[in-house]
Amino acid sequence: MASAKRITKELQECETSPPEGMTIAYSESNIHVWTITLQGPPGTVYAGGVFTLTLTLPTEYPFKAPSVVFNTRLYHPNVTNDNAGNICLSLLKPENWKPASRIKGVLEAVRQLLVEPQPDDALEARIADEYKNNRAEFDKNAKSYVQRYAKAGGNGGGGSGASTEGTK
Amino acid sequence: MDSDEDFLSTVSSDDDIMLDDSENDDMSNGDEFDDAFDEDPDDEPELGLQKQKTPVAYDVGYKVYSPGDIQKQQEEMMNEVNMILEMSKEDAAILLRHFRWNKERLIEDFMDNSDKVVEAAGIVTSVANPPKLEAIDGFMCDICCDDDEGLQSFAMKCGHRYCVNCYRHYLTQKIREEGEAARIQCPAEGCSRIIDARSLDLLVTPELSGRYQELLNRTYVEDKDTLKWCPAPDCENAVECGIKKKELDKVVPTVACACGYRFCFGCILSDHQPAPCELVKRWLKKCADDSETANWISANTKECPKCNSTIEKNGGCNHMTCRKCKHEFCWMCMGLWSEHGTSWYNCNRFEEKSGTDARDAQAKSRVSLERYLHYYNRYANHEQSARLDKDMYTKTEKKMVQLQSASGMSWIEVQYLNSASQALQTCRQTLKWTYAFAFYLARNNLTEIFEDNQKDLELAVENLSEMFEKPISELADSKLKVDIMDKTSYCNKRRLILLQDTAENLANGMSFKL
Repeated sequence: MASAKRITKELQECETSPPEGMTIAYSESNIHVWTITLQGPPGTVYAGGVFTLTLTLPTEYPFKAPSVVFNTRLYHPNVTNDNAGNICLSLLKPENWKPASRIKGVLEAVRQLLVEPQPDDALEARIADEYKNNRAEFDKNAKSYVQRYAKAGGNGGGGSGASTEGTK
Repeated sequence: MDSDEDFLSTVSSDDDIMLDDSENDDMSNGDEFDDAFDEDPDDEPELGLQKQKTPVAYDVGYKVYSPGDIQKQQEEMMNEVNMILEMSKEDAAILLRHFRWNKERLIEDFMDNSDKVVEAAGIVTSVANPPKLEAIDGFMCDICCDDDEGLQSFAMKCGHRYCVNCYRHYLTQKIREEGEAARIQCPAEGCSRIIDARSLDLLVTPELSGRYQELLNRTYVEDKDTLKWCPAPDCENAVECGIKKKELDKVVPTVACACGYRFCFGCILSDHQPAPCELVKRWLKKCADDSETANWISANTKECPKCNSTIEKNGGCNHMTCRKCKHEFCWMCMGLWSEHGTSWYNCNRFEEKSGTDARDAQAKSRVSLERYLHYYNRYANHEQSARLDKDMYTKTEKKMVQLQSASGMSWIEVQYLNSASQALQTCRQTLKWTYAFAFYLARNNLTEIFEDNQKDLELAVENLSEMFEKPISELADSKLKVDIMDKTSYCNKRRLILLQDTAENLANGMSFKL
């Protein structure tokens, strides 16, 4: 199958020179699902957090775009504030995806989103609004989410947040 | 045939803007009022096509185009741009599509800053040489990572080269699954070069390339506000009409496609004269809304206190026995009937106190419901008849054949039955919408004229309908034939009078209770 060759090649590329701040894991039995661990970019509100993502490649890859979700909850205008962790990435929309686009580019775009949120293209309108008009409050909330959900020891997963600082 | 098709040739300009305001003003001018009666549309159903006729208030100018016409129009524009701007036809096509077929703007912008236009539209200029497949040594396709020797590959002028299989797969997906045509870009990330028709033909099967052409035609129609596809199933024609959105509260722009389907250019629903689009939208929503049914139920029925079955009281006695569970109760106080032997007085007193209020409220709700149901029933009746008209048309054809053999009449001589059938269908469609129209109509001195027109048309239609359904033996009678022909033209006239009247009132700003 044509896509297997391409995916293997991309995996090799990502292993030899992984995108900044990321490590990639996959199982030999299914190279269509990758697990990515992303270090919160330094100098941002997400710094110090460790986020896991799942990247799924459709069978029609590379003619159809991959899908990426955050497994770790985070407070961000472009990521749904729930356990689904859907990301709004224009690069992955059917009308923008090109078969020659690379996974590495997608992962870099995800990381870039943490460095520079896109409040005008938001999935969470309220958070986007806060980001634009009340940055102090946004920073506080985002950091509190990192504390609660994205600390390396804390096993990033969904409902383990028994935090005392209830920021909702 | 109905009269509106006579207007096919009213507008002949090939330009984008078909009707300027002065023409529109002419249409609402009452001077042409009499013209509608001067001609009997049924006497010359087909011949009328070529004739110019002064537009009347209820009619808008429009033109029907076949797929060939649409293709030709595009080609003419391409040739023109190709000549003026001295570029290949492929590039001209891409530019035109980029500018949504606004030729004037394209030429202006191109003269202004050709590099910017060319880049924005996704054309990379270079020496013109025909697209071709190549096998290049050491080539690896960036999409599938294949590097077999002799692998056929293709690149557009942007130089991004991929293997033929991937290119083909990509194009097939875009065309088949995504319905994309005019804006398929090079598969390279960030490259906005648009695939041109010649390159595409080289890469895909003829079948797919036919589909591509179809989609291109579609974008041409969809890109232009003055063009719309005929919504009839399997019809490939497009209709051009200069009506503007903001005029839709004053005009009902019914157009008739060459396939015979009559639809509203404003909302693409089937012909709904005399009711304007907004009113039609509201009416359909109201009818689709179950709340009306629920209202009726709440106004007219109560639930059995024991088994909750819905009961409509249709007799006078308050002693109710539920059909389902045999529960006996009092309709007035909903209490057990068996207790009424001794406490009847309580029930009576309840009525004295709050009964009047409850009765008033119920009566009010009932009046508004009955009003709605009055209009709805008549609307629905004509709608059903309109549906039956479809069967009637096939029946008519059979009748015409039978009549020819029974009476020795020629095909031309039995055409009057076809005309009658057409007239019935069109008039019923109009009648149907007069009831939705009437439901919203604010009562004033014009209402009466409208209702008279409606009544006259309805009477004429029912008369014709009755004659039309006579058995063959009677239809052969020449006196009946003359009668039917008279009634047919009378129906059409009544319809035109009604449409003329409502269209004038609409244009003058009719008031509705919305």
